[in-house]
Amino acid sequence: MNEILLAVTEAGRMIARLDGALSEIVLLSLRVSLTAVILASAIGLPLGAAVGVGRFPGRQALIVALNALMGLPPVVVGLLVYLMLSRAGPLGQFGILFTPSAMVIAQTILIVPIVAALSRQVIEDAWQEYREQLRSLGASQLTSALTLLWDTRISLVTIILAGFGRAAAEVGAVMIVGGNIDGVTRVMTTAIALETSKGDLPLALGLGIILISLVLALNAGAYWVKEAAQRRYG
Amino acid sequence: MLPLVLDSVSFVVNGKALIDRISTEIGEGPRTVILGPNGAGKSVLMRLCHGLLAPTSGSIAWRGAANGRRRQAMVFQRPVMLRRSALANVAYGLKLAGFTPRECGLRAHDVLDAVGLAPVAGRPARVLSGGEQQKLALARAWALGPEVLFLDEPTANLDPGATREVESIIGQIHAGGTKIVMTTHNLGQARRLGDEILFLGQGQLVERAPIGQFFQQPASAEAAAFIKGELPWH
Repeated sequence: MNEILLAVTEAGRMIARLDGALSEIVLLSLRVSLTAVILASAIGLPLGAAVGVGRFPGRQALIVALNALMGLPPVVVGLLVYLMLSRAGPLGQFGILFTPSAMVIAQTILIVPIVAALSRQVIEDAWQEYREQLRSLGASQLTSALTLLWDTRISLVTIILAGFGRAAAEVGAVMIVGGNIDGVTRVMTTAIALETSKGDLPLALGLGIILISLVLALNAGAYWVKEAAQRRYG
Repeated sequence: MLPLVLDSVSFVVNGKALIDRISTEIGEGPRTVILGPNGAGKSVLMRLCHGLLAPTSGSIAWRGAANGRRRQAMVFQRPVMLRRSALANVAYGLKLAGFTPRECGLRAHDVLDAVGLAPVAGRPARVLSGGEQQKLALARAWALGPEVLFLDEPTANLDPGATREVESIIGQIHAGGTKIVMTTHNLGQARRLGDEILFLGQGQLVERAPIGQFFQQPASAEAAAFIKGELPWH
């Protein structure tokens, strides 16, 4: 018990003085996961809208696949990306294994299904309501999809944040493709795993506190934005 | 582009004919009211005419000059408002119809003025009252300058005050030279707004007659029963 208290106190001090090692890790985490969530949104939102609005053969299979892929185990994604990027792999020539880029790729793959599957649901629900009106006004499928993306923007923000939460919190994929190299690819989750096994509990705890606070703050912000927007736009 | 010619039009779903071999012609001029009990196929017929549904057999064709997607518009029983301002909702339809941004702005302002919504032009459409939303839906359709306007039970969800306003706007639209085709199951409204009646029963066109003749001397037993059964409440 005493040890935990000490660790918490020390963690608080590190956060308060913006400890160099600590902030470096936090910033890299944010950089990697934010880049991944931006890329995943750029892929997943149009994909979700296309599947939500479109009618094509294989659509139902695609929906099932996207839903199933939401539960992709991060270590498996890490392994697959590792195989692709390793020297002997098809993308080995780019030499990006054990770099932040590799971590961004892995996390993007991990959260594209989340963004696509959840936005598909939201957009399809809205499509039920809008379809006749949009067709009556002469909107093409593409225009309809873009209109729905904009009209469901409030719900989509929450989905994007869910994706960010998943990216920032996963450890398996970034551990495998990043390698947890100090000062290069060490992020919050891999650092917590390492420091815990080394017995450096204050750093591990400090990072844990920051990670949780970050996710909490983001969700509080999202909730607030959503409420305000709902009141404003109905 | 009028007249609209229906030749033995049927719409069959799962073996049940929602519209059963209707042949008729909707021409310029008089306000046509499609009347009938619930489930008679009024809304389906209107959607077939507007082009939202394709007949399972028979044909529907615009026989007049000019071809028509944009020259017809439809207002639904429950208005579908986009999550943006009232003005932007009108401008959205205009933009899809190919008007320049400048024309969109001008026409949208004019039509909001005409329906009395200028004071709320900047407000989000979804927070407007039910009556205001239906007026906005009318404005959005009217702005397109349609040759034909289809109205599907436009006042079914409105209180008497809003109903009066909506009916008066429909009158203005007709006075501006737009052909009005509307469904209703409300005899009072049919009398107020109709010049001729298409009476439907169980998917079939039972009777077509000028308004006075229809109410005084209905030719069919179904129409007579409908008028008799409905009158005490209207």
